[in-house]
Amino acid sequence: MVGSIAFWVAAGANRGWTKTRVPTKVMDTVTGLEGIEWQDKFVPGVDFLAAALLGAGLLAGVSFLVRTKSK
Amino acid sequence: MKTYLTVLSLITMAGMALAAPQTFDFKDPKGINNAGFKLDAPLESINGSASGVSGTVLFDPENPGATKGKITLATASLMVPNPMQRQHMLSDKWLDAAKFPEISFESKEFKNVQTTGDTTTAEVTGTFTLKGVSKELTAPVKLTYLKDKLGDRVPNQKGDLLVIRSNFTIKRSDFNIMPGQFEDKVSDSIELTLSIAGASPK
Repeated sequence: MVGSIAFWVAAGANRGWTKTRVPTKVMDTVTGLEGIEWQDKFVPGVDFLAAALLGAGLLAGVSFLVRTKSK
Repeated sequence: MKTYLTVLSLITMAGMALAAPQTFDFKDPKGINNAGFKLDAPLESINGSASGVSGTVLFDPENPGATKGKITLATASLMVPNPMQRQHMLSDKWLDAAKFPEISFESKEFKNVQTTGDTTTAEVTGTFTLKGVSKELTAPVKLTYLKDKLGDRVPNQKGDLLVIRSNFTIKRSDFNIMPGQFEDKVSDSIELTLSIAGASPK
């Protein structure tokens, strides 16, 4: 749980949907136009965070159900 | 007398050639040409761009107000950061890229034309076609004519460049794109930004 929050924060704490590509601006010096290049980059969003927290919660719940009794 | 007439007709022809409108091709080998779009809904903001620009514009530096042309955008080139969002956007429920592969604007008339040096500003009226629906709209446009600058952009080519910039807003409901639905997440208003350069080789 802590790991997924840390990963989300380290990746920029994106409060939108998860992105798999990001736009970068490219300047054409002759025309003065700004072009946009799309680069593959994984940026986790709130959907990633929610799924990770849900997964962690489920695993924690399952661990209580299947834990072995100590003798 | 005969020589005089020949020289005179040659000068006239040269003058006509110089004054003739030039055809600018907007298929950009450098991939800079793009159209940006922004939708700002209460719950969600969507920013994207499209690079599949093509089309031709007839431009006369001596008479910018007579500019005519058609710019086309490949629907499938529309890009947003989230892959599922892009899949939805191009699906048959939204833009239906398979059935309507092109978005276009064809100019009809330029008004309020003002030229300063190589830059012309005007209001262009034309037909905007999206998802098979055509509507007439008027948008502000800025044209910049860059004489003999093609070689600076594409090595070993001589010619001129024409830069077109325009910002305008459309409503998706006008083009039958899920009218009245999901407006809290996908706004009805779509801000469009066109930044393109065309080449006229000599």
